[in-house]
Amino acid sequence: MNQSHMPELPYALEASNLSVILGGQKVLEIPSLHVLPNQVLIVIGPNGSGKTTLLLSLALLLRPASGTISFDGQSISNGSEILRLRRRFAVVFQESLLLNTTVWDNVTLGLRMRGFKNDETKVRTQKWLERFGIASLARRQAKRLSGGEAKRVSLARAFALQPEVLFLDEPFAALDSPTRQALIQDLGHVLRETGVTTVMVTHDRNEALALADRVAVLINGRLRQIGLPEEVFSSPADEEVAGFVGVENILPGAVVAQKDGIASVSIEGRQIEAVSRLLPGAKVTVCLRPEDVTLTVPEPKAAASTARNRLSGRLVTTSHLDSQVRVTLDCGFPLVALITQRSCAELGLAPGREVVASFKASSVHLIARSSVFQTTGAV
Amino acid sequence: MDVFIQGIVQAFQLLIHGDPEVLRIGALSLAVSLSATAISLLIGVSLGTALGLTRFVGRRFLVSLINTGMGTPPVVVGLVVTILLWRNGPLGVLHLLFTPQAMIIAQVIISLPIITGFTMASIQQVDPKLRLQMLALGASRLQLLWLLIKETRLPLLAAVMAGFGAIISEVGASMMVGGNIKGQTRVFTTAIVQETGKGEFGLAMALSIILMVLVFFVNLALTTIQQKSRLR
Repeated sequence: MNQSHMPELPYALEASNLSVILGGQKVLEIPSLHVLPNQVLIVIGPNGSGKTTLLLSLALLLRPASGTISFDGQSISNGSEILRLRRRFAVVFQESLLLNTTVWDNVTLGLRMRGFKNDETKVRTQKWLERFGIASLARRQAKRLSGGEAKRVSLARAFALQPEVLFLDEPFAALDSPTRQALIQDLGHVLRETGVTTVMVTHDRNEALALADRVAVLINGRLRQIGLPEEVFSSPADEEVAGFVGVENILPGAVVAQKDGIASVSIEGRQIEAVSRLLPGAKVTVCLRPEDVTLTVPEPKAAASTARNRLSGRLVTTSHLDSQVRVTLDCGFPLVALITQRSCAELGLAPGREVVASFKASSVHLIARSSVFQTTGAV
Repeated sequence: MDVFIQGIVQAFQLLIHGDPEVLRIGALSLAVSLSATAISLLIGVSLGTALGLTRFVGRRFLVSLINTGMGTPPVVVGLVVTILLWRNGPLGVLHLLFTPQAMIIAQVIISLPIITGFTMASIQQVDPKLRLQMLALGASRLQLLWLLIKETRLPLLAAVMAGFGAIISEVGASMMVGGNIKGQTRVFTTAIVQETGKGEFGLAMALSIILMVLVFFVNLALTTIQQKSRLR
């Protein structure tokens, strides 16, 4: 991975040759992972990919079968060190996991166990209750809170500890959508304000886009890609990553020409152009996000567009999502586009209709299958 | 029917006049059973917590043993303790037979499995993730145990009530190891047995009513603590 744009800083947290075996099965194998200080690293991956296992290992709550974890430049080995280091971290889980007592007592709990003085405990607890907008709930019983309120308590409890590394395990997974959106926003502000080094795992790509400084993709217990969010989302390292990050058009093709950094790629006999330095002859996987495809109906005098690629095709199906419509086309190969409800209505789209699909050459990402020259490295 | 009314009247008379014998019996009953409960609580909560949190070879056997212990007839416990404390028995040198201490030992043996079993069950039903969260908050081993016990305080109070209820009401063991000696080891249950045997139904009835009222108030106190900590 190209990290040349990153400043030379010591890693906050580092895992090397980490492997975890659960029930006789190797569920995690990470040759190397670095968490950079004051950054939010979000590990995404499908359910069962080992995200929580990775998080627990890094948070020193699960002993790996082998490998080392270093914090602050020191590798962690013996037991008494683990307790001391855990007390410099904080973890928020998917469930709020509050004790059966008041909100106040829940938020002070970690501080009390870590031996903070009463005054300090009070000041911090009050501050973080206010910061998460739950100061009025301080005297309430934790078990009587709504899901969103309980989650705020567990976040306040973690931030009150002022951890050097904050771990978040699917913190929003159990919340309904409006609550989740509000909380993601609040958390984003707090993360930026505090600059706390953070590792979060989630299966939700939108959370990663909203909060991450860097994104890592974990599939089947292995890190497949790590990089800036836009890098990972637009230039996935392999087909599985592409599939997981929402690239719906994953097509086999071959480079047939190359000129000034623009490669002509043949897919099922049709040609498209992509920004790539791959040379003719390279077998590639073509990746194109459906939201990067725009649709028009064929007209004699087509509107000027900067899109290099214009493919005519026939509409096969439409399916309505939240506010968008997912359109499947036959352009000689299947192509999926995501357009707004409104443009779907304006274009009068219906199965069988002739349409023109356009997309920019820069929206197309090529993964070399028989590599001639690679534009983007894997992890 | 007369017996019941007579019993109730006599119970009030005994209480109002502060009959010294009844007061002595009541004080000893409470002292013996409450100490036995306290000792069982101390041992049982530790043992139950350990059993609830660990896995080892033979654990299942031990758990079955404890579950069986919950139903052991008090007379069997009384017999075993009597044999142990008999003058030339293994613990005869302690000269404990027919003392309140012997009764406490027997009652601990009866209530210990109940409190251990309840504790184990309630510790086991705590979400394992909550344990992980406590560790993540920086709990040491001891802090974790304390938090778990505090978190399971509602079922634990139920365990205390069940344990106390079992021993304040048992008669077999107290009779055998205590001997129902007037002024020394006579408790409610043994006195009731004796008065019934003598045909003194009124007095037996009165003692029964006082015992029930006493048990009611102890349980009321425990229930109040339990429900208060739930609703506060």
